[in-house]
Amino acid sequence: MRSCVRSSRALSPALFPRLRSDAGCWWTQPSRRGLWSGPRNLSSAGDAHQQTPLPSQARVVICGGGVVGTSVAYHLAKLGWTEIVLLEQGRLGAGTTRMSAGIVSVAKPIFIESKMADYSSALYERLEDETGVKTGFVRTGSLCLAQNQDRFLSLKRLASRLKVLGITCNVIKPKEVAKLHPLVNIHDLVGALHLPGDAVVSPSDLNHALAVAAASHGVQIHHRTTVNHILLERGHVTGVETDRGPIECEYFVNCAGQWAYELGQASETKVSVPLHGCEHFYLLTKPLEQPLSPNTPVVMDMDGRIYVQAWQGGVLSGGFEKNPKPIFTEGRNQLDVHNMQEDWDHFEPMLSALLRRMPALESCEIHQLVNCPESFTPDMRCLMGETPGVHGYYVLAGMNSSGLSFAGGAGKYLAEWMTYGYPTANVWPLDIKRFGNLQSSRTFLRHRVMEVTPLLYELKVPRWDFQTGRQLRTSPLYDRLDTQGARWMEKHGFERAKYFVPPGKDLLSLDQSKTFYKPDWFDIVGTEVKCCKEAVCVIDMSSFTKFELTSTGDQALELLQHLCANDLDVPVGHIVHTGMLNERGGYENDCSVVRLSKNSFFIISPTDQQVHCWSWIKKHMPKDPQLHLEDVSWKYTALNLIGPRAMDVLSELSYVSMTPEHFPSLFCKEMSVGYANGIRVMSMTHTGEPGFMLYIPIEYALHVYNEVMSVGQKYGIRNAGYYALRSLRIEKFFAFWGQDLDSFTTPLECGREFRVKFDKDTDFLGREALLQQRQAGVTRRFVMLVLEDHDTELDLWPWWGEPVYRNGQLAGVTSSSAYSYTLERHVCLGFVSPPAGPDGAPGVITPDFINRGDYEVDIAGQRYPAKAKLYPFSSLFAQQRRRKDDMELSNFQGK
Amino acid sequence: MAATSHLCRLWRGGELQKLQVSCQVLTSRANRAHTQTRWPPSSRRFSASVQHSSYMLTPPQVNSILKANEFSFKVPEFDGKNLSSVMGFDSNQLPANAPIEDRRSAATLLQTRGMLLGVFDGHAGCACAQALSERLFYYIAVSMLPHETLQELENAVESGRAVHPLLQWHKHPHDYFSREAQALYFSSLRTYWQELLDLGCPGDQPSVREALVSAFKRLDNDISLEAQVGDPNAFLHYWVLRVAFSGATACVAHVDGSDLHIANAGDGRAVLGVQEPDGSFSALTLSNDHNAQNEDELQRIRQEHPASEAKTVVRQERLLGLLMPFRAFGDVKFKWGIDLQKRVLESGPDALHENEHTKFIPPNYHTPPYLTAQPEITHHRLRPQDRFLVLGSDGLWETLHRQEVVRIVGQYLTGVHQQQPISVGGYRVTLGQMQGLLLERKARVSSTFEDQNAATHLMRHAVGNNEFGTVDHERLSKMLSLPEELARMYRDDITIIITQFNPHVVGAQHS
Repeated sequence: MRSCVRSSRALSPALFPRLRSDAGCWWTQPSRRGLWSGPRNLSSAGDAHQQTPLPSQARVVICGGGVVGTSVAYHLAKLGWTEIVLLEQGRLGAGTTRMSAGIVSVAKPIFIESKMADYSSALYERLEDETGVKTGFVRTGSLCLAQNQDRFLSLKRLASRLKVLGITCNVIKPKEVAKLHPLVNIHDLVGALHLPGDAVVSPSDLNHALAVAAASHGVQIHHRTTVNHILLERGHVTGVETDRGPIECEYFVNCAGQWAYELGQASETKVSVPLHGCEHFYLLTKPLEQPLSPNTPVVMDMDGRIYVQAWQGGVLSGGFEKNPKPIFTEGRNQLDVHNMQEDWDHFEPMLSALLRRMPALESCEIHQLVNCPESFTPDMRCLMGETPGVHGYYVLAGMNSSGLSFAGGAGKYLAEWMTYGYPTANVWPLDIKRFGNLQSSRTFLRHRVMEVTPLLYELKVPRWDFQTGRQLRTSPLYDRLDTQGARWMEKHGFERAKYFVPPGKDLLSLDQSKTFYKPDWFDIVGTEVKCCKEAVCVIDMSSFTKFELTSTGDQALELLQHLCANDLDVPVGHIVHTGMLNERGGYENDCSVVRLSKNSFFIISPTDQQVHCWSWIKKHMPKDPQLHLEDVSWKYTALNLIGPRAMDVLSELSYVSMTPEHFPSLFCKEMSVGYANGIRVMSMTHTGEPGFMLYIPIEYALHVYNEVMSVGQKYGIRNAGYYALRSLRIEKFFAFWGQDLDSFTTPLECGREFRVKFDKDTDFLGREALLQQRQAGVTRRFVMLVLEDHDTELDLWPWWGEPVYRNGQLAGVTSSSAYSYTLERHVCLGFVSPPAGPDGAPGVITPDFINRGDYEVDIAGQRYPAKAKLYPFSSLFAQQRRRKDDMELSNFQGK
Repeated sequence: MAATSHLCRLWRGGELQKLQVSCQVLTSRANRAHTQTRWPPSSRRFSASVQHSSYMLTPPQVNSILKANEFSFKVPEFDGKNLSSVMGFDSNQLPANAPIEDRRSAATLLQTRGMLLGVFDGHAGCACAQALSERLFYYIAVSMLPHETLQELENAVESGRAVHPLLQWHKHPHDYFSREAQALYFSSLRTYWQELLDLGCPGDQPSVREALVSAFKRLDNDISLEAQVGDPNAFLHYWVLRVAFSGATACVAHVDGSDLHIANAGDGRAVLGVQEPDGSFSALTLSNDHNAQNEDELQRIRQEHPASEAKTVVRQERLLGLLMPFRAFGDVKFKWGIDLQKRVLESGPDALHENEHTKFIPPNYHTPPYLTAQPEITHHRLRPQDRFLVLGSDGLWETLHRQEVVRIVGQYLTGVHQQQPISVGGYRVTLGQMQGLLLERKARVSSTFEDQNAATHLMRHAVGNNEFGTVDHERLSKMLSLPEELARMYRDDITIIITQFNPHVVGAQHS
């Protein structure tokens, strides 16, 4: 390793120390060299000219020596992996890491991200002790400023979420900001959030420290080695080809940052890594007259789109501008990244924002404007996990300029994932399988990234949507619905109607309807809900993922019996709601399966399950040419006819009686609707309301829709959107996968034991875990919280992620919420769990815990009393008949 | 209310002086009042203006108005090199009259060398300016042809062979040619060159100066003659009378290599943008305005008429108290004797009689002609620092000082090509200094990049400039949304042609 040190010195001066040469680069301090007497097998680069030969085989090859790659290597080694090889095309941390700003902050939009950042922070702090390498870690704390009330609300919401994670944070007044930071102009502030745990590090030093730590655990690090190709055999990684020869390996980890997209293309089966580069600028100043203390908190002025940290007595300040400059759309070479041009004109808005925030800096001298390309993803979240198409091929990239905050935690989760098959926390929001090939278009990525980059610091209100990269996947009815006033949202590239603006009704323009309070569509959705309850509505639900599983023998049934918790051996024509569980009993998918014939099944899953569910089924599918899985999502248009008059409309169109006597609930029949034959009509609506789902071959879609609308006229039919659907399903206590259910939630925890058939002949995935859980009792429970004393007009609306308090004690978090037009109250769904017992073991939940407690939901720091319920208020709904769904739902066996 | 106060501001703000009740306004107003009832009573007119300008045009609307008539021409390059001293030109027009009375023309001479650019500002209707825009360049082209070429031309026409075109026009789609009068125009032109042939002899090569003067005078003469002779076709008869009774000034530039000739008759103006060694721009005016502000012109006019008329020939800074420009085409009311005018009008079509102003004889009309189309010719040898030439109708020059015009165009032309990125390098720059610099650059760029056309950019400034010399969108929007009837009170028709010179070619020829 000592040689490595020298080689780095020999290689680097041109590239590296331009920025931080005086920040205490490790090789300038001989006292630290001793630390490099690490394991002998760690032979990275020998000299600039004679490199240590690569091993011919390894267990894992990690490509990318930035902070992410080294973190993965470090955590894998910690978990006991051996034969880990880390390859870096240039030198360690020569990519984005080299130039990133160095802020480690937990102020992130979703739980899992804050959690990762929290872990990273703790890891970086102890790393110096662990390795003896200085990381420049200073726990400076950070200040998130709010220039307006809406921003302040979003900070308060963040604060209450962070409290759930046990992270200290304080909502403070502007005056206190002035006390914490000497330069901040507080005159236009309404408040701030102080995060004392946030920190800054020196990215390159941290990168080095991680490499040293990894090396000391046996990781081999090779510089100046480019991965050219990933070798696959029958869908498994078998090795990599580098410019210095091949290495056989079982696992490959793509941590190539900016290069990850192109590296993904460099294998026989292309791996889609949807990320795109974007220029990112930050300014370095010379020291102030009174040098700024290194302990000065980081300032994030999101309304000004800037961040500011102390840097060598001066400041480092960058931002996320409104008009970012995407780069390298056509691919790139490594030289480019070191020759990025400064663009002062582009930086002007951020400079002005900086001087407005810290007027004293006006006389401060410029040191440099740094252009540091960052990679961004289509939804502002990183890409993690095993790729859907190739076993053993993992990805961790697309850090959206929070690489340092995430690297530690993300590296840990990925290492766990590789070790145990799944990480110890729900990382679905980051799972690379949330994307498919459809998000891989360079044009799409370029356009989306231009929206994502500014969005990082933009105010995000409930139910915001992306505006770019839209209208990619649409139903054949799109134009028809659009002319009828549909307002659209996007899920997995598919356009879905949110609601329909009646003609003549003028909604506020987009900007003005951004609110944390009652939105302007409130009455519109109310009308749609009312129509669903009293007459009939059509909702286009074509975005759902639809698979067909067929076999010649009973292989299909066998496979499904193994994958699904419910019993699939039902008569032909029956629909079964079932979870697909993992070994821990958690939901990998929640779907409806129709038995079309003895050996063919139609599987309907949530929209964003398209890639994940496919790979889950494929993973467990025996290699059997007689067993065939097909993605038929694109073949069918799905219309949901919701409401008591749905059966009248359908029977008029098909001359078949659709009454429950003739067409029982959860039943599927192929029949004719209008002129079109072969329409799959299913008696379910995904909402608990009466009605039917129509799965229509797309060429008939317009015809069937027109027929339904014209016949439905006399029954008062109208279009409805997903907001109405959401309100309906939430007031009926229907959990949705992806929002309420995840791979850590079991059917027992959400009152769906009735959908688990322990006694069926096949031993299904997760059965063991569920039996165990049934024995031990569940420690968390899905509940419905009806807000009391909450003024819909004047109070903040819940969204998701609000803490739930029971008798003043934190008991859980909400996972989704909606206004129930029937109850005229807000309904939140979420999980609660009792406090840990005296022995530290989590307490078992009892009906009493739910029923005898004073519950409160915390919205942006304000607590609203809520009634916790284990069943929907079915008795309140004026229904002629209790349907099978409700019966099933209410047979909760309290555990 | 906003509009009302805006009006007040305009009136008080010294705009009043722009509302010179010139002959043009007088006559066109009279026109309307008598022939059509388009001109509402003053009280209603006022309320109409409130209605109209109470809404703001959006920036795209403003742009679509400003850009409606913009035109650009780049001289084609051969072999990657532009051998012409002219790189190209940008032109644009903004109407204030309805229809616009300004015209513009640009053409490359095909049988001799060089390029012609002209701005024609009509008054008392657009007919004369229209005729100039179609005919003047042909007269100039013919005047410049050597005797041999003229002979060839005549022979070709005589024998019905194909004629080599004289001009290649560079026209905006809105710049039309009247089809009906072409035969008439052609026969007049042919008569002209036949006379040139008769008068000249082989080997003659007229100088540019002579050619320009001769073409100007001859065309004005032809216009006058055609009106006197009339035409059997009633429409054409009416048309030639309209041409003759309306008037137009002309400002024409002829560029050939580094020789720049300006022929000017009237109050149009040609200004050269000269780049100083420090990069700034200064204005060099290449034409004299022929109006009351020009002492020489006053002298000339007074001398041409008996001393008894000394007080009446120019009154209120106008020729005979009526006409602002002291030289113009057409305007036979200032050229013909009273008898001739009466005779022609009596024989003219009835439509002409309804037009009151044609019958009106100017006061103190004793010794016609009072007006001439004789151009004043300026020659300038182009230097490498001469970057561009701005030809503009008086609508431009009365809103912007020539120095300001040259500054705006100069910054536009250099800014578009040379906004270099900033680099701090090793200098000591404070954040405050940098911010100031960046904000200044931004202000410059944001107004520049809206326009692809230098003439449009200049127009935006001419109409929308506030007291600080930067474009004020609100003002721009109000000026552009003025109703037709009011627009002329606040601004004149504006026509701009900006010709860019090729410093490399000019430099090579200069040395």
